[in-house]
Amino acid sequence: MTGTGIGASVKRVEDQRFLTGNGNYTDDINRPGQSHAWILRSPHAHATLNSVDISKAVKAEGVIAVFTGADMAADGVGSIPCGWQIHNKDGSPMMEPGHPPLAHEKVRYVGDQVAIVIAATRDAARDAAELIEVDYGVLPAVVDMDSALAGGTLVHDDVPNNRCFDWEIGEKDAVDEAFAKADHVVSIDLVNNRLIPNAMEPRAAISDFDRSTSQYTLFTTSQNPHVIRLLMGAFVLQIPEHKLRVVAPDVGGGFGSKIFHYAEEAILTWAAAKVHQPIKWTAERSESFATDAHGRDHESHAELALDKSGKFLGLRVATKANIGAYLSTFGSSVPTYLYATLMAGVYTTPAIYAEVQTVFTNTVPVDAYRGAGRPECTYLLERLVTKAARDIGIDPVELRKMNMIQPDQYPYQTPVALQYDCGDSPATFESALKASDYAGFEKRRTDAEKSGKLRGIGISTYIEACGIAPSAVAGALGARAGLYESAQVRVHPTGSVTVYTGTHSHGQGHETTFAQLVSESFGIPIDQIEISHGDTDQVQFGMGTYGSRSLAVGGPAILNACNKVIDKAKKIAAHIMEADVSDIEFADGKFTVAGTDKEMAFAEISLAAYVPHNYPIEEIEPGLDENAFYDPLNFSFPGGAHICEVEIDPETGDVEVISFTAVDDVGRVVNPMIVEGQVHGGLAQGLGQAMLEGCVYDDDGQLLTGSYMDYTMPRADDLPNFSVATQGVMGASNPLEVKGVGEVGAIGSPPAVINAILDALAPLGVDDISMPATSQKVWQAIQESNVRQAAE
Amino acid sequence: MYQFNYQKAGSADEATSAVAAADDGRFLAGGMTLIPTLKQRLAQPSDLVDLADIGDLVGIEDGGDSVTIKAMTRHVDVANSDVVQSKIPALAGLADNIGDPQVRNRGTIGGSVANNDPAADYPAAVLALNATVITNQREIAAESFFDGMFTTVLEEGELITAVRFPVPEKAAYTKFPNPASRYALVGVMVAQTGGETRVAVTGAGQDGVFRASDIESALSGNWSADAAKGVKMSDDGLNTDIHASAEYRAHLISVMASRAVTAAG
Amino acid sequence: MPTVSMTVNGKSVSAEVEPRTLLVQYLRESLGMTGTHVGCDTSQCGACVVHVNGESLKSCTMLAAQAEGADVATIEGLANGDELHPMQEAFRENHGLQCGFCTPGMVMSALDLVQKNPDPSEQEVREWLEGNLCRCTGYHNIVKSILAGAEALRG
Repeated sequence: MTGTGIGASVKRVEDQRFLTGNGNYTDDINRPGQSHAWILRSPHAHATLNSVDISKAVKAEGVIAVFTGADMAADGVGSIPCGWQIHNKDGSPMMEPGHPPLAHEKVRYVGDQVAIVIAATRDAARDAAELIEVDYGVLPAVVDMDSALAGGTLVHDDVPNNRCFDWEIGEKDAVDEAFAKADHVVSIDLVNNRLIPNAMEPRAAISDFDRSTSQYTLFTTSQNPHVIRLLMGAFVLQIPEHKLRVVAPDVGGGFGSKIFHYAEEAILTWAAAKVHQPIKWTAERSESFATDAHGRDHESHAELALDKSGKFLGLRVATKANIGAYLSTFGSSVPTYLYATLMAGVYTTPAIYAEVQTVFTNTVPVDAYRGAGRPECTYLLERLVTKAARDIGIDPVELRKMNMIQPDQYPYQTPVALQYDCGDSPATFESALKASDYAGFEKRRTDAEKSGKLRGIGISTYIEACGIAPSAVAGALGARAGLYESAQVRVHPTGSVTVYTGTHSHGQGHETTFAQLVSESFGIPIDQIEISHGDTDQVQFGMGTYGSRSLAVGGPAILNACNKVIDKAKKIAAHIMEADVSDIEFADGKFTVAGTDKEMAFAEISLAAYVPHNYPIEEIEPGLDENAFYDPLNFSFPGGAHICEVEIDPETGDVEVISFTAVDDVGRVVNPMIVEGQVHGGLAQGLGQAMLEGCVYDDDGQLLTGSYMDYTMPRADDLPNFSVATQGVMGASNPLEVKGVGEVGAIGSPPAVINAILDALAPLGVDDISMPATSQKVWQAIQESNVRQAAE
Repeated sequence: MYQFNYQKAGSADEATSAVAAADDGRFLAGGMTLIPTLKQRLAQPSDLVDLADIGDLVGIEDGGDSVTIKAMTRHVDVANSDVVQSKIPALAGLADNIGDPQVRNRGTIGGSVANNDPAADYPAAVLALNATVITNQREIAAESFFDGMFTTVLEEGELITAVRFPVPEKAAYTKFPNPASRYALVGVMVAQTGGETRVAVTGAGQDGVFRASDIESALSGNWSADAAKGVKMSDDGLNTDIHASAEYRAHLISVMASRAVTAAG
Repeated sequence: MPTVSMTVNGKSVSAEVEPRTLLVQYLRESLGMTGTHVGCDTSQCGACVVHVNGESLKSCTMLAAQAEGADVATIEGLANGDELHPMQEAFRENHGLQCGFCTPGMVMSALDLVQKNPDPSEQEVREWLEGNLCRCTGYHNIVKSILAGAEALRG
C-alpha cells in the first residue's frame, strides 16, 4: 500500500510552489520583447460610438499601436459566440445578437471595450489611452428587467423587448390541475441577488504570434483552455486549432468567472499578429468588477400547492433572469437547464412547471458563478418550503421529511427532465439535525433572549446536478459542444508517470487528487506521478473545469487510461514471465503469475515496454502511453442538509452566524482534506451571498459596487468555523462512484442563512428579507414590524 | 499613477519649502489614502514630498494633562503607546481599530487628520477630545479645523506637526463599520473633559465629522447609556448611500453613543 | 530615472525606476520576484503583503522610492531551501490554501501577527486578517493554519 491512494488526506503536491512564491500565474510570465496593453473602456452604459479618434494616442511616448472596433471589423473578426442554444416556448431559437470583441458602432455596458493601446509599458499604454477622443452619443440605459421587457430602450436594436428567450419546462396542465385540488397554496416572490465573482487573481492574458510558423500563442487565466481555443479560434478569429496554442498556467481562482471566452483574449491574440510582438494585459481589480461576468440576478414568483396534510402537489415558478448586455459563453444555460431542472429538489412534488424569460440589460453579461442556476433553484425551493411550513403551521423539519424522496425511490425520475441516480436525503438531514443539536435549539434561543439577542435556526435540504455532463443529454438540450473529458496516462521507462488531463486546476487540488487515483491504480507513490494540465499543445483535448465535473468526468477518463495501461502491461508481463495473460494479476504495483511466486514490479514492465528486447512485438506496440475519453452516463447528484444558527443584535440589525453545519453526500471521497476545503469555500460564498454581497447598478448603468470599498467580500471575521461532514451514497453513474463537491457549499447554504434570520425575526412578525441580509435591511425589517405592531 | 517627482525631506522646513517650490506639491505621510488616490488617477500632483525621514515629526509626549502626538506617528505606535494607553485609553483603542494591521503599520495621525476623510476615525477623536492641531504656522482648535469632507482650514503648504489631546476624565470610541470598506459607517467618540461633555460623530455626516449636540445635552445632565440611546437623532445632513440610509445612520449614532458611554464607564 | 536600492531577503538590490513605481512593481517587474501578488487596486486584498523593516505592509500602497535603503522580506525568502518555514508548513499541513494567489500575503501577514502576538486566539487571528482577502478557503483552514503555525513557532 502506498498510503497515497483513494481515501487518504494526502497533503497537496501543489502547495510547495504556492507557499514559496513560485506559483506561475499569467501575470508572472514575461515573454521576450513583450509589450503591454491597456483597454479603453466605455464610461457609459449605453451609447453610440460616433467617432473614436486615436490620432493623439498613437503619437504618445512608448506607444506601439492603437486599435479600435472598426479595425477588427474591417479584418472580418467574428462575434463572440454563445455555447448553448435555448429555444422559446414556440420552438423558435433564442435571440443571439452580435458581440464584437471591441465595440463597434455602439457600447452596451460600462466597461465595454472601446480600444486597445499597446505600448512599451503598462503606464505608457494607460497614459496614451487618456488621449483617445471618443464621441459618445449617450443613450438612455436600461438596467432593471421590468423596464427592459417593456421595450422602449433596446440594448440590441434587433431584439424586441430585450427578451433573449422565453422558455418553459414541465407540464403546465398537470400543475394547474394540482393547484385546483390543493388545500393550501403558498406563494413567494424572491430576488436572487446579483453577485460579482471576485477570484483573487484578476484576469490576465499574454498573446504572441510567431511569424516563422504563423503560430499564435495565448496565455490566459482560464478554467478551460481548449474551450477558449475552440471558441476563439473557430468562431472569432478563424484560426485553426493546429495554429493556436492556448495555455492556462496557474490560475488564481475561477468560480465560473474564468470559464468564458472574454473579449480581451480575442483582442490580444488578433493584435499580436499586427504588432509582431507579445502583448500582455492584466486587469485592474476595478476592471474585474466591471467586466468579469457576474452571477445570479433572478426575480421569481413561485407557488406551491399542498394537500391538507402538507404533501406537495404541485409547483409553479416564473422567473426573469438578467443576462446582461451580451450572451456570454454559458449565459443561456444557467437560468434554464442548470436551474429549473432541479425544481423537484429533494421532494416528491409530482407536478412542476417553470417558465423563464431572460432579458438583455445595459449591464455586464451574467453567466455561471459557483453553483450556476442550482443556488438560485435551491434558494427558491427552500425559502418556499420554509414559508409553507410557517403559513400552514407545520414544523419545517416535519414538512421536509414527509415530502422527501426516500432512498428506495432511486433512480428517481423528476417531472423536470432529470433522473436522480442515487441519494439519501433523509439520512444527511438526520445527521445534520443531530450535528447541529437542532433539538436543543429552543433553549439556546431563550438563553440568547436573556442577553437581548434574537436567535434563529434555519434549514436547507438540497440536491444538485453536476459532473457536467452526458454529452448526448446536453446536446439534446442545446449545448453546442460535447462535455466529456479526456486523459492521457504516459508511463515513462523508469516507471514514473505523467498524466495529461483536459480539466484545469485553479485551487481544487487536482495535482494531488488525480495523482491519488493513479497511485491507487498503479500502486506507486504519488511522488512518482505528475499531473499536467492547461496547455493545449501538451494535453490532447479537454473541456475544462466547471460544474463540479473534474473528478466525476475527468477522473474516470484517467481511470480508464490507467486500466488500458494495466491491460497492456499484463500482456508484457505475461510474455516475459512466460505465462498466459489470463493468469497475470496486478496488485500493489506488482504483476504476478497466479499460483506461482513469479512477480515483476511496475517499473520493470515499463522499462520492458520502452526497451523491448524480450517483448511480444507481434502482438503489441512498444511504449506504455494510453489515452481515454470519458463521457458520463448521467450527471452526478450530490445533496445534503445545511443548518445555520444566527444571533441578531436587534439594536443594530447586525447578524452573527453562530454556527453552520453542513452534511453533504458527495459519494466516494478521494481526499477528505481537499473535499472539506471545497465545502468551506463554497459555504463562504453562500454566506457571502446571503449576508454580504450584492452588485448594485444605478439607473444609468453605473456600477456602484465597483471596488472592495463598496462590494462586501466575506472576510475572516465575518464567518464562523464551519462544521462539515460528508456522508455518502456511492455515486451510481461513474466508475469512481464520486459526485461533484465544488459547488455544494454555495448551493445549499444561502437559504439556510435566510431561513435562520427569518426564524430569529419571526417573533417580531417579519416574514421576508432579501439577500444580502445586511444589518441595515435587518434593522429596517425590525423597524417596520415595530410600526406595524404599534398600528395594531 | 501619473508621473510625478519624488523627494524626501530632511526637516519640516525643507518639506514646506519643497512643496512651495513645486507646481502642485503634496506632502506624503503614510500614503494610505494618497497612494490609492494616485493609483486611481484621481489626483495629479507634480511633486510628492515624503515626510518619512523627519525624525522631529515622530513621537508621543506626555504633557501631564495632555498628550501630544507628533504628526508622523503611526497608528500602531499610538495604539501601543504606554502614555496613550494610560492617559487616553480610548484613543489607543481607536488607533488599534483603524483600517487593517498593514494600514496601522504605515498610516499616521497627521495624514489622517489632514485628509479629513468623512469616514475616518481620528477626526472624531480630535473633535470629541477638543484637541489642538499644531502646524508649522499655528495652533488650530479642533472646532475650527475641519471644514467639510476632505477639507480642513490648512493653507496651501501648511504642515501638521502634531496633535495635542487634553486628557479626558472619561472617553470611549465605538464604531459600526461599513461592511465592505470597514471604514466607519458610524463612529462615535464620547468624552468628558474638564466637566464638559463632547460627542463627535464620524462616518455619518454629509460634511464630515460633527458634534452631536443633542446627545451632548442629554449626557451632560445624565451620563448614562440610556440617556444617549434615548436621543432620537435627526437624519438631516446625514449620508444616504448603498450601505446605509440617513435614518439608519441617525439611529446608529444613538446606539453607538450609548455603547461608548458604557465602555467609558 | 532615479535608482532605488534596498535589501530584499538579505540581498542588496538596485534598479532604475520611475518615481511612480510601486514597491510591488519593483519586486515583480524590476527584480522578477513574482511571489508577491496584486489582487486589487484599492489596498484591501492583501495579496501583496511584504515586510518592510520587520513589519507587514501592502507593497501596492508604498512607492519603491519610499523603501529606499529599507530591509524588505518577501515570501521567497522564508523557506530554507526545500525546507518550509514553520508557518508555511502549517499552511500545507492544514490545507490553508487552494488557488495559492492570496497565500503569500496571508503568510506574510500571519508572521507579523505572531511576532506581535505569539499566542493569538482564533478571534484575534480572524480580526488580524481584516486586510487579507481569500475567495477559496472560507478562511476556516487559514485560521487553523495560523494557529498551528503560531504554536510551532512558540516551540
